[in-house]
Amino acid sequence: MFQVRIHGRGGQGVVTASELLSVAAFDEGRHAQAFPTFGSERTGAPVVSFCRIDDKPIRSREPVSHPDAVIIQDPTLLHQVDLFGGLDPDGYILLNSERGFDELGMEEFIAGFRPERVRTIPATAMAREHLGRPMPNSVLLGGFAGLCDMIELDAVTQALRDRFPGKLGDMNTTAATVACEYVQASLAEASSSRPGSVHA
Amino acid sequence: MLEQLEGSQAVARGVGMCRPEVIAAYPISPQTHIVEKLSDMVRTGEIDPCEYLMVESEFAAMSACIGASATGARTYTATASQGLLFMAEALYNASGLGLPIVMTLANRAIGAPINIWNDHSDSMSQRDSGWIQLFAETNQEAVDLHIQAYRLAEELSLPVMVCMDGFILTHAFEQVDLPGQEQVDSFLPPFEPRQMLDPADPMTIGAMVGPEAFTEVKYLMHARQLQALDEIPQIAADFTETFGRESGGLVRGYQLEDAETVVVALGSVLGTIEDVIDDLREQGVKIGALAIRCFRPWPIDEVREALQGKDRVIVIEKAFAVGAGGIVGQDVRLALSGCESTVYDVVAGLGGRPITRKSLGKLFDDVLEGRMKPDRLHFLDLKKDVVEREINRLENGKSPGPHAENILRDIGTVASDSH
Repeated sequence: MFQVRIHGRGGQGVVTASELLSVAAFDEGRHAQAFPTFGSERTGAPVVSFCRIDDKPIRSREPVSHPDAVIIQDPTLLHQVDLFGGLDPDGYILLNSERGFDELGMEEFIAGFRPERVRTIPATAMAREHLGRPMPNSVLLGGFAGLCDMIELDAVTQALRDRFPGKLGDMNTTAATVACEYVQASLAEASSSRPGSVHA
Repeated sequence: MLEQLEGSQAVARGVGMCRPEVIAAYPISPQTHIVEKLSDMVRTGEIDPCEYLMVESEFAAMSACIGASATGARTYTATASQGLLFMAEALYNASGLGLPIVMTLANRAIGAPINIWNDHSDSMSQRDSGWIQLFAETNQEAVDLHIQAYRLAEELSLPVMVCMDGFILTHAFEQVDLPGQEQVDSFLPPFEPRQMLDPADPMTIGAMVGPEAFTEVKYLMHARQLQALDEIPQIAADFTETFGRESGGLVRGYQLEDAETVVVALGSVLGTIEDVIDDLREQGVKIGALAIRCFRPWPIDEVREALQGKDRVIVIEKAFAVGAGGIVGQDVRLALSGCESTVYDVVAGLGGRPITRKSLGKLFDDVLEGRMKPDRLHFLDLKKDVVEREINRLENGKSPGPHAENILRDIGTVASDSH
């Protein structure tokens, strides 16, 4: 089973993101379960949602306490919420920020993870550019498809088009695709600059 | 067709395929998405003919359903928590009059303190209201139970409450095989009321009954609800034949055959329990589970049959009788009267506290190792330090103030964590 935890704030589409991820996984023929932790919904309040993906039916309904991946929609949560609780050193991290982990003072912490599984992405800026509003969730889902083999970009864009028909679907698809390419380019760059890994 | 969708959307579409003619509802979390979707389906003509009544309260919702049902219309409503309490008086009228209304209860805690999250205190508060109560473990089952509920309600002329865990199921996206309209039509014939208000043939429903006949009317109500114990398995079998999957029934066993310890529970927590059971089975522990799918009427014979001869029975329930103990636990003890089994009552998941595999594993371990006393009510994951501090405060102050506010101040703001 692969478990994803998405952190963000009310109004950023945190719940929608996990729902879309589950639809994408379902479209790929797998079992998926997405659910939120709900409070009295308030714009700006910390929100968490979960998505489980498996090849067999998913029975457990407890919150995800040991995620395989954490997606963070709002970097201002970094000092407020235990975002990485239960995350394994082999886990994936995708953080919405225009700055790198080192600029965020996270260099030491991030060093404990596999470098090809952790990335920051300027999702809010990308969303502004492609969607016209600072809604980072579609961008992050596209980025996640680029970071992690668990889900394909095609499945993500299909889920986006199903959820947002017409022009809005096109815009979200573009945003997700750009984000996926951004992450893949970043991974390729890192792998080519790693000593001994190129021109062997 | 297999779809990945939200539980509330799935239930609304399932209810729509049952062709309700009158829907009267008042929105309340976590039921809201269900009735929003249904009102939309009525507006767009997806459910037609159907009258959607946006009433001013839950009391009005149930009253409107009573009126509509009495004129021979297939009726539906949904509510949760305080909303169910607000319709309590009308609930008894619906069951006392024998009107086959179907209602979804998106299970949620009852305040005070106000709490929007899931537990079973709402349905348990109305367990004696004369409504049949079915509990769904998954969103697939929630859809299936609504289709079965109309058949059951109309065959017996009794109201049925389909209980599904608020948020945990209503707001969960998972795959659901939605049936086709033709399948539902073949399973659920048009409503033929046993009693009907008709201007062309005037009659009265709801006469005042004095001591001379009240007992007899109530006796018949009890007898008719007990008939459901025969009807429900039959309807579940017919359902399997039509739809090709197993759903509903009175109880469902999991790894029961050779189990020495059995966990009894209702609703969506069964999935998590089964995962823990699988882990324990791998370690050689003979443990199983019994899902109560129909809580009212109480399937006493089936529960006894499933549990007799087992050494330990652990009843996990999301509600309790304040000052008394377990609610389902008491019924289980009744079913096991004269048997040797030791019954443990455990309250869990109150007000949305997650029931985790870790906590369940520890609980089962405590029972198996003899660290749990069977003669008292246990609260899973009770924060004893928080309780003790509040008790100290009570003992040491003249006017210690309200518990809820004191404790919230005590534990500080809990930022949105994994729960």
